[in-house]
Amino acid sequence: MTAIPQATPQASAILPDAPAGASPASAPVTGGERRRRFVADTATHVFLGVLALAWLIPIVWIFMESFNKNTLPFTTTFFPTEYTFGNYTKLFTDTSVMNFPRMFMRTLVIAVFVCAIQLIFVLCVGYVMSRLRFRTRRPFMNTALVLGMFPGIMAVIAIYFILKAMGLTGSSLGTMVGLILVYSAGSGAGFYVMKGFMDTIPASMDEAAVLDGCTRWQVFTKIILPITKPMLVYQAIIGFLTPWLDFVLVKVIARTQDNYTVSLGLWQMLQKEYIAEWYTRFAAGAVLVSIPIAILFIVMQRFYQSSMTGSVKG
Amino acid sequence: MTQTVVAERADAPRRATRPSQGGGGTGLGAAFTHGDAFTRGSAVVMGLGNLARRQYAKGAMFLVVEAGFLYLLVTRGLGQLTGLGNLGPVTKGGQHWDADGNYVNVNPTNSVARLLYGVAWVFAIVAFLLVWASAVRSAYRAQELARATGRAPSLRDDVRELGDERAHQSLLALPVVGIVVFTILPLVFMISMAFTTFDKNHPVAFQWAGLSNFATVLSPAGSAAAGVSLGLFLRVLAWTLVWAVFATFLNFFLGMGIAMLILRRGTRLKGMWRALFSMSIAVPQFVSLLVINQMLQDQGIVNQLLKNWGLIDHSLPFFTDAWWARGTVIIVNLWIGIPFTIMQITGVLQNVPGELYEAARLDGANWWQLYRSVTLPYVFFVLTPYLIVTFTANINNFNVIYLLSNGAPTRVGESAGQTDLLITWLYKLTVDQGNYNVGAVIGIMTFVVLGVTALITYRNSGSYKNEEELQ
Repeated sequence: MTAIPQATPQASAILPDAPAGASPASAPVTGGERRRRFVADTATHVFLGVLALAWLIPIVWIFMESFNKNTLPFTTTFFPTEYTFGNYTKLFTDTSVMNFPRMFMRTLVIAVFVCAIQLIFVLCVGYVMSRLRFRTRRPFMNTALVLGMFPGIMAVIAIYFILKAMGLTGSSLGTMVGLILVYSAGSGAGFYVMKGFMDTIPASMDEAAVLDGCTRWQVFTKIILPITKPMLVYQAIIGFLTPWLDFVLVKVIARTQDNYTVSLGLWQMLQKEYIAEWYTRFAAGAVLVSIPIAILFIVMQRFYQSSMTGSVKG
Repeated sequence: MTQTVVAERADAPRRATRPSQGGGGTGLGAAFTHGDAFTRGSAVVMGLGNLARRQYAKGAMFLVVEAGFLYLLVTRGLGQLTGLGNLGPVTKGGQHWDADGNYVNVNPTNSVARLLYGVAWVFAIVAFLLVWASAVRSAYRAQELARATGRAPSLRDDVRELGDERAHQSLLALPVVGIVVFTILPLVFMISMAFTTFDKNHPVAFQWAGLSNFATVLSPAGSAAAGVSLGLFLRVLAWTLVWAVFATFLNFFLGMGIAMLILRRGTRLKGMWRALFSMSIAVPQFVSLLVINQMLQDQGIVNQLLKNWGLIDHSLPFFTDAWWARGTVIIVNLWIGIPFTIMQITGVLQNVPGELYEAARLDGANWWQLYRSVTLPYVFFVLTPYLIVTFTANINNFNVIYLLSNGAPTRVGESAGQTDLLITWLYKLTVDQGNYNVGAVIGIMTFVVLGVTALITYRNSGSYKNEEELQ
């Protein structure tokens, strides 16, 4: 797909808005110029429309499938022939084979704890790396960088054996504690975004506080934390979303269905033994999980963008 | 400029205390050369120096730590450490009559537990040595301060210090413990598996195997049982790199193209287009990938519709033909990745200084020249760190491959499919197939390649070098 040159054959067409106003292109245009511009505009809109359709089809499809009365995964028409709301009600009432409400509650509890622990860890490490200077700072940052490149998947089996040795793999509660630990314990290494934000807070603010007799802990809790609020929301949402989006770690750690989280449960519904009966319920579950996640995601973007404009205005 | 202030501020307390310490520094060496009997004695009986300077709480704490550690070391640690030498003495379990005529049940050695406890004890010893060093330093510091000021810092002084000059220690303590136990320990444990015979034929009791697993993976013949060979390794490595290049740069350039189309002057409803393209970001990745996987099956909706419309007679082999599958994952990854690129790049494009375009246009540049000489250099300058991060993330892009194609298609007798990356191969070898040792070797290979390249690129990137310019 060499979309760029095809759709924009014109010299000025590809330029961003900003410089256009002052450019010679705003001079009176001839008839031929106008016609060419019309063709380019139309082509652009058609092209974007086709692409947007490609982006929406999977989302629309899964949404329609969640109302499909026919539970089989392979249909011959794009839109269902008969609609029902039963997939949603069955997902929550029929808990004999797969207990979706239980998975949902477990994921929620894990998410709350992971959110809190991650937030504390990332804030502490971010503050220390941004504000304090000590001997092992650079080695620590380099180590964190390198560790950050090795996803949990790489040593997931080792993590499982460690949890097993701690006795956190058998019971239902133990698995929950184990998952909380796995999702949050190493999060201190992911401090870079937080540190970057704290770096934009002028050092003069903590100097003033130190002159007023604040200790560094007090600078942290009284000066830095309040300013960091937008980033705090961003980080909290990231932590909260972790267990909803992960299915790799939980797949290795939660070995029985009693211990599943939502994502693993949804994955399970598409396995050979279940798919014929569970496909439309998978669709319903996917829609239900996606809506709150989408909302949180949009909120997160808002806060992230507002925090990127800098910490202290003016 | 403000940076120097920060540095001075951090150094101030250290400079203030140094003269009172008699110029000997606070290092271990100084403690042994200048320390008195109590200080040196602290190297044997931790906390002795502190107790002698009436720092009772601190001294008692060191003493308790030492006693507890030595107790555990003697009762358990020594046995578990020596267990490292012989991982699996009992290879076969069973029941038999022993010499006294009792019928006994013998379990095979749990070598995983042996290996894990051994490695954990090595970590514990390193941690203890750090505490030991700080105990000796603390004793020396108490000695010097007692001599200079008449009394060693009290417990209250120490607590205050942890909240101020040494705030980094109190703030970092828990996060560091978390990282060590749940990130570094598993990595070391995983690495140590590479040197054992821990595979599907030795799931319980296994032995050290030296470098033989590396030899297996890197020999042309390989091992038929584990389904690995040099050829397979090179193929997966090559595909991983090709994939990472495509996934990073195709996403980048096509995303930039769409972002520019939305930004161009004639395009209406810019906000709506951006919203449409970012909807796929809000849907959890595992959901959208599983859905697309279903759509592209042989009996899936895409093939069904194409057949209904009479465009094809046989299902398109999205995941059954190697080259189709590779194309499919790359194209579907565009669906996943382009919205992120649009989000990242739109702001950057809007920030390109307008006078650059104007000057270039006055010089008679056409749109391609404008793009090549103004837009691209600016965008690359700003987004190089982002590209590096994306590239390493794509090398480890487990989700897209595992959920979409699951490595398919796979040839008989090979442990990796035609679209498997190193990371999904590693996962299959360990979690699915139980060949932990070979999987660990692949993990180490990935580790080395990634770590070295990433560290080099990071160190040469502007954002690392100029970190301090921000403040």
